Amino acid sequence: MDFFIQNILNALQWGSFYALIALGYTLVYGVLRLINFAHGDIFMVGAYISFFVAGFLIGPIIGLAPALAFAVTIPLTMVLTSLVGVTLERIAYRPLRRKGAHRLYVVITALMCGLILEYSNLAVLGASRLKFPELIEKQIWSIGGVTVTNLKVMVIVTAILVFLFLQWVVTRTRIGMAMRAISYDKFAIPLMGIPIDNVIVVTFILGSGFAGLAGLLFAMSYPVLEPFMGMLIGWKAFIAAVVGGIGDIKGAFVGGFLLGFIEVGVVTFFPSTYRDLFAFTILLLILWMKPTGLFGIPQSTKI
Amino acid sequence: MRKTVMMFLVLVLSMVLAGAALAADTIKVGFNIPLTGDIPEVGEGSKNAAEMYLADINSAGGLEVGGKKYMLEFIYMDNESKAESAVNAALKLIEQEQVVAIIGPNSSKQAVPAGGTANDNRVPMISPWSTNPDTTKDRPWVFRAAFLDPFQGPVVADFAAKKFNAKSSAVLFDISNDYSKGLAEIFKSSWEAKNLGPVVAFESHGTKDQDFSAQLTNIIRANPDFIFVPNNYNQVALIVQQARDLGYKGPFMGSDAWGTPDLIKLCGAQCYGQYFSTHYAAAGAKGATKVFIDRYVEKYGVEPADYAALTWDSIGLLVEGIKKAGKVDSNPRKMRQMIRDGLAAIESFDGITGSAKFDAEGDPIKCAVVVKISDEGTFVFEESVCP
Repeated sequence: MDFFIQNILNALQWGSFYALIALGYTLVYGVLRLINFAHGDIFMVGAYISFFVAGFLIGPIIGLAPALAFAVTIPLTMVLTSLVGVTLERIAYRPLRRKGAHRLYVVITALMCGLILEYSNLAVLGASRLKFPELIEKQIWSIGGVTVTNLKVMVIVTAILVFLFLQWVVTRTRIGMAMRAISYDKFAIPLMGIPIDNVIVVTFILGSGFAGLAGLLFAMSYPVLEPFMGMLIGWKAFIAAVVGGIGDIKGAFVGGFLLGFIEVGVVTFFPSTYRDLFAFTILLLILWMKPTGLFGIPQSTKI
Repeated sequence: MRKTVMMFLVLVLSMVLAGAALAADTIKVGFNIPLTGDIPEVGEGSKNAAEMYLADINSAGGLEVGGKKYMLEFIYMDNESKAESAVNAALKLIEQEQVVAIIGPNSSKQAVPAGGTANDNRVPMISPWSTNPDTTKDRPWVFRAAFLDPFQGPVVADFAAKKFNAKSSAVLFDISNDYSKGLAEIFKSSWEAKNLGPVVAFESHGTKDQDFSAQLTNIIRANPDFIFVPNNYNQVALIVQQARDLGYKGPFMGSDAWGTPDLIKLCGAQCYGQYFSTHYAAAGAKGATKVFIDRYVEKYGVEPADYAALTWDSIGLLVEGIKKAGKVDSNPRKMRQMIRDGLAAIESFDGITGSAKFDAEGDPIKCAVVVKISDEGTFVFEESVCP
């Protein structure tokens, strides 16, 4: 039983990261119908930004206490990472949108932006891995046979809070209404006096900001940073978002945790080589039965 | 008009001839090393050691072979720490650069496939750091400077049984890495063959994995006396931390892939007090080894790790092989054959990582050391084990 609960906690932590990243994919897709393939790399950039921010804050110049530095690092990382996301939108996606480029070209541009982020990081910082400093004093709680750290609890709680917040933004606020409206009809909405560009910028701020938060928490949980750390986890989170029903906040959240549970579950009972095989076979079966994903609604094309 | 063309042709021809004559005075050696990818630290250490060797030889006017001095030229090719890139790098060195010998790749993951390429193309290759038997097995053109995993596995098993008084063991290894997988299997079979107790958990993971909680939960549930982690240093840092987070309190035992300064940078205090088997210990070195370490520290500001020392020895072996060849042929094919024969004729070699004898397979028989990670994060000599 202990063993079972321990693995559920492991899966919750791992799934939290998928969920946090999948939320970013789904937000942008929901508004723009654009798969922002650079999102995994924005997550990586977020981890690096948090590394430098935290390093600077606890460094000799400022010299904050680690716990205080952590509190300052969170908003700073989120702001700086969302700036990266907004910059990407401004210099890569918006010009293409203005020229009326087909969505395919924008997706390819996103892929290229991701690679540019990875390799510019490699070029600037080199291939050597970085060690993330310890910001919060780690506490290991042992309850029965189950062991959990304060960090693990924080990661899981954060993922749930972010989900609730985004769900609230999209369904209960004016800006959320505008987002849903744009996704409904991109051409009629400007005629209603809704500033479409501003709404898109807000979407990118939200998506990238939370990718930055995910990067910070990831760097604290797995404190070895490398330029390609966002690639695989980004792709998998994208798949999780699709399985959940891309464009739907709830879907991304459930899809992320689902993938986390399947991965940890397979490794617990089978050799690790079967992990991706089983995980993606299960996801394929889900899509096969429900091609729009768990929470997705089929769309009719308007002419 | 015709005259100009003729003049031009003569000019080109003379330049080609001059080039060939110039080429005959240099010996081109290729390095197939991981300058980027998972273990960039290893590539850099190898390159540093090679640059030092190169400066030594060339500042003395070159390498003397058969009464004539030849300059050495080293070409460094990045294999990105990937198996497929290591094969491409080897082919590039052989076909485009026309090198007469290759040093590297370092880790078995790349050395096993690249060794096949070198052997098929009949180019002598020396892997400094690869310990997997398959690298040189049935490959007359491939040599190495490190001991083998069938030797390292029992060394680890014996040491852990004695030091930790262990009655049971667990293994966590990287299944997509030839080195890690091979060593894990050899450790398991030798632990069982020596009747030291059961291997209670034998878990694997992938190279790009960052979360090991499921595997570690299985291991901790089986309650082993120690965990053997034959992994690269970047994974070790994550594994040790996650095991502690999951409540594991026992010791870890590592293998030679742990031995980089980056391990301490990434793993920090959590790795202090753990042991691993390796090729040499920088602390407390004597003689030629100490001279090498001191010079390296002076030049690069860090202590050379085992792969740097082994690269130095690999170049030493190659130089010995070239000297045994006795002359230098400007035809790379003939030169490659002569170097291979020269290398195969070496019976014993005194390097800075200890002296070695060579068996029929071209593998060295040499001692291993077990190193403890001290509370200052240095690698301290614990004991030496000879075959």
